[in-house]
Amino acid sequence: MSTVNLSTITKQFGSVTAVKELNLLINEGEFFTFLGPSGCGKTTTLRMIAGFYYPTKGKVLFNDKDMTTIPPEKRNTGMVFQNYALFPHMTVFENVAFGLKVRKLNRSETKKRVEDVLQKVRLEQYIERQVSQLSGGQQQRVALARALVIEPDILLLDEPLSNLDARLRDEMRNEILRLQRDYGITTIYVTHDQVEALTMSDRIAVFNMGVCQQVGTPTEIYNEPVNDFVAEFIGETNLLPVTIEEETEKEKVYRNNDLDTSIHVNNSKVNIAFYQESDELLMSIRPEAVQISKEDISGENVLKGEVILVQFTGASVHTYVRLNNEVTIRTTDLNEGPSTYLTEGTKVNVRLPANQIRVIPKARK
Amino acid sequence: MLNAEKRKTILLLIPIIVVLIGYVLYPSIETSIESFKKDGVFTFENYNDFFGEKAEANLEALWNSVWISLLSVFFSALIGIPLAYIFNRYDFPGRKFFSSIAIMPIVLPSLVGVMAFMYLYGEAGLVPNIIKDLFHLSEVPFSIGGISGILIVHAYTMYPYFYMTTSSALNNIDPSLEESAYNLGANRFLVFWKVTFPLLTPGLVAASLLVFMVSMASFSAPFLLAGGFRVLSLQIYFSKINGDLEMAATQSVVLTAVSISFLLFMRWYQNRRDYRMASKGIGAHRSEVSNPVLKWFMVVIGILAMIVLLLPHATLLILSLVPEGGWTWQTYPQAFNLENYRLLFENPNIWDPVRNSLIMASVASLGVFVFGIITSYALVKRKFFGKNLLDILVMIPWVLPATVVGMNMVLAFNEPSIFSFGKVLVGTFWILPLAYFVRFIPLVVRSTTAVLEQMDDSIEEAAQNLGAKWFYTFRRVVIPIILPGVLSGTLLAFVQAVGEFPTSVLLYTLGNRPISIEIMNQLRMFNMGQAAAYGMIQVGLIAIVMIISNKFFKVKTENAL
Ligand SMILES: Nc1ncnc2c1ncn2[C@@H]1O[C@H](COP(=O)(O)OP(=O)(O)OP(=O)(O)O)[C@@H](O)[C@H]1O
Ligand SMILES: [Mg+2]
Repeated sequence: MSTVNLSTITKQFGSVTAVKELNLLINEGEFFTFLGPSGCGKTTTLRMIAGFYYPTKGKVLFNDKDMTTIPPEKRNTGMVFQNYALFPHMTVFENVAFGLKVRKLNRSETKKRVEDVLQKVRLEQYIERQVSQLSGGQQQRVALARALVIEPDILLLDEPLSNLDARLRDEMRNEILRLQRDYGITTIYVTHDQVEALTMSDRIAVFNMGVCQQVGTPTEIYNEPVNDFVAEFIGETNLLPVTIEEETEKEKVYRNNDLDTSIHVNNSKVNIAFYQESDELLMSIRPEAVQISKEDISGENVLKGEVILVQFTGASVHTYVRLNNEVTIRTTDLNEGPSTYLTEGTKVNVRLPANQIRVIPKARK
Repeated sequence: MLNAEKRKTILLLIPIIVVLIGYVLYPSIETSIESFKKDGVFTFENYNDFFGEKAEANLEALWNSVWISLLSVFFSALIGIPLAYIFNRYDFPGRKFFSSIAIMPIVLPSLVGVMAFMYLYGEAGLVPNIIKDLFHLSEVPFSIGGISGILIVHAYTMYPYFYMTTSSALNNIDPSLEESAYNLGANRFLVFWKVTFPLLTPGLVAASLLVFMVSMASFSAPFLLAGGFRVLSLQIYFSKINGDLEMAATQSVVLTAVSISFLLFMRWYQNRRDYRMASKGIGAHRSEVSNPVLKWFMVVIGILAMIVLLLPHATLLILSLVPEGGWTWQTYPQAFNLENYRLLFENPNIWDPVRNSLIMASVASLGVFVFGIITSYALVKRKFFGKNLLDILVMIPWVLPATVVGMNMVLAFNEPSIFSFGKVLVGTFWILPLAYFVRFIPLVVRSTTAVLEQMDDSIEEAAQNLGAKWFYTFRRVVIPIILPGVLSGTLLAFVQAVGEFPTSVLLYTLGNRPISIEIMNQLRMFNMGQAAAYGMIQVGLIAIVMIISNKFFKVKTENAL
């Protein structure tokens, strides 16, 4: 087990900067996720930790030990590749035993440990199978077992679930979590599936175009995004451009020109992100935080609008309310039966609670 | 540490480059230099002699080589394309069997094939004489020899190139393309010309160029059949035999130039348009032939084709049973027994060539096996400057006609050089295995490269990630995965080395004379029985190898061609 410390890492491929000045400290035993759209540098970062790429600039440290130039075979990381990379000419046993053989463990010890780990991933009855005769999910578990059996200091997983169907993916998520908790290994997980990231991780790093935008726990990332990229990438949100109007100790008042209205926001760390004088500002409010009602609502930030679309998704109901020609707000409510659905064309009042709004700067390009 | 990777790459590259420079580049350069020498001084006189007025023979030979090759392309295509179309597109009784027979010509080493044809269709051949006797003719109705002989042998041995490329192209065509054409109202003929044929063109062009190059280089057929007819590859041999090494070098350079320009043209064409692989993995769709007349017509075609294709093999078998003196002036062989085979195992003089061939082919195969693995690995998995150049260097022996490879060896190693450790190799045992090695480098490199390209990089990385050092990974992961490809290439190299004639005839000595040379000697002594028995051994070896690689490695050896 160890900590991973990336200090101002930059990786360039020719003229392409895949990762730019990244600083990260990943704690011991943590389940840490890299999240971001395609091509944002997640795999590149992971491969620098595994040692397949050397950073153009910066350092990789495991437990304060400089690993920047150590070759991959001496890093004791266990990696699960996106395509599993199982050795096609070996059986399940031979695949899993490979790392132990390299470490020159004796036969009986190897056998015992392979059997143990295969039991953990529930594959003990497939031990003598050729890997090509396994299903996708089983192959993935072999890959996981192969990485775990060497008791790596760090477990690296690059989109290990992307090839699986939805149900198997769900099952494997739990399995990976269970194993990670069992072994307590520092784990770095790469995905572009936000549900996966939010449900599994201790902490998440959100990447965009080679730059790490935010690091935080799932709730921090969701509730306190640092900029509009993070707010939009994780979950759904309503974004409106705003400018500051006035500030008191308890609240700040912003102005939105499209609605020609003032918006009151609690003056707290949760509601106001850090920004600079020169930043363009946006207010973000999650659909589930918006309140709508056919009756009059009193208080601040109440607007009038008309329902233009109602979407039923099962557990929840999305209602789109047009406030004026420029602005449409999306709201989400839990499904409480047909009698509560609004119909299109209904005039409604919309409230944006002052403690639910978050004011954020536009992400710098 | 960046350097650790680089160091490994360099360590890999050093032996590759030494071998390629020493045994491919240096001999070619020696030949070029020799071609500019006359009595030890630098001059263009050889080229003057080649292209000038006074040496009509050479120009004539060049011209003959070219038009013979063009005709060979034409006839090979004429046989190969329709056969492939029928066997891949129509379903009729015995189709599978017939289509597996269709590639039988490639199990005949060229010299043996030519010999079988001679005794089958030549002046004293079995077929013309049987027809003559059946119909009580006074003269044989036809016989092959000279140009017609060369052309027929070429068509027989080279049509498989067309057959195989057409078959694989046909199987890769998305059936819905043709179906949509039918759906739009086109008839069969129109669909073939407007849809199927254009899709086949890239493969056909490649096959044409290949056949052209192979027949430019063809040696055995003209050697046995040409009579007074001159072709360039044979002229090289005659110049060498007459001791005019400078002229032989000049002729080699010219022949190489023609071949290389065709290779370049082929590469350019393939890069320009290659949609053969565009829709891979779509099974062929075959029309069931329901019309009974048509169906039996197809079966008859299949049977006839099978007979024609297998007659040379059968002839070889029959001849091999004719003991010495068993067929001299008579129309048909008079005696059949196993004498020739018995002699093989009892008479050391007769067994020696077989042993020589086996040893030399094994040495060469071992060489290409090791060299092929290292070179392909470096070419596919390593990044380095000048990779394209290395790629070209590796493929040079593939373009070089066998006769030229032989001449290169003669000219490079008839004097001491550092690459031969200061010894003269010509006239020793080692020159032939070396020549075979050079000849078959591309074969193994190509078949190995094909499997390596399919091996995902992450497999190697996974092994490394689990703590395996590079060499361990290479030994325990990379080699086992690519072994089928390497072995199929190596086995093919082995059988070709066993049958190799053109380089052998330029370089053999009494001590290392291989089977092919002994076949030639036996033919000269009119002991066709023993020659055929040798031929049977070659055919048997090839058959065994193909069966082994099909059964155990699931690789079609012929794909490496
Ligand atoms: N070996 C390479 N050579 C050149 N460019 C590369 C290389 N590897 C990655 N890149 C570039 O670096 C950028 C980041 O790539 P990376 O593979 O890290 O993305 P990713 O976040 O893993 O994306 P995905 O979710 O699609 O896997 C991309 O623009 C990619 O094109
Ligand atoms: Mg990736």
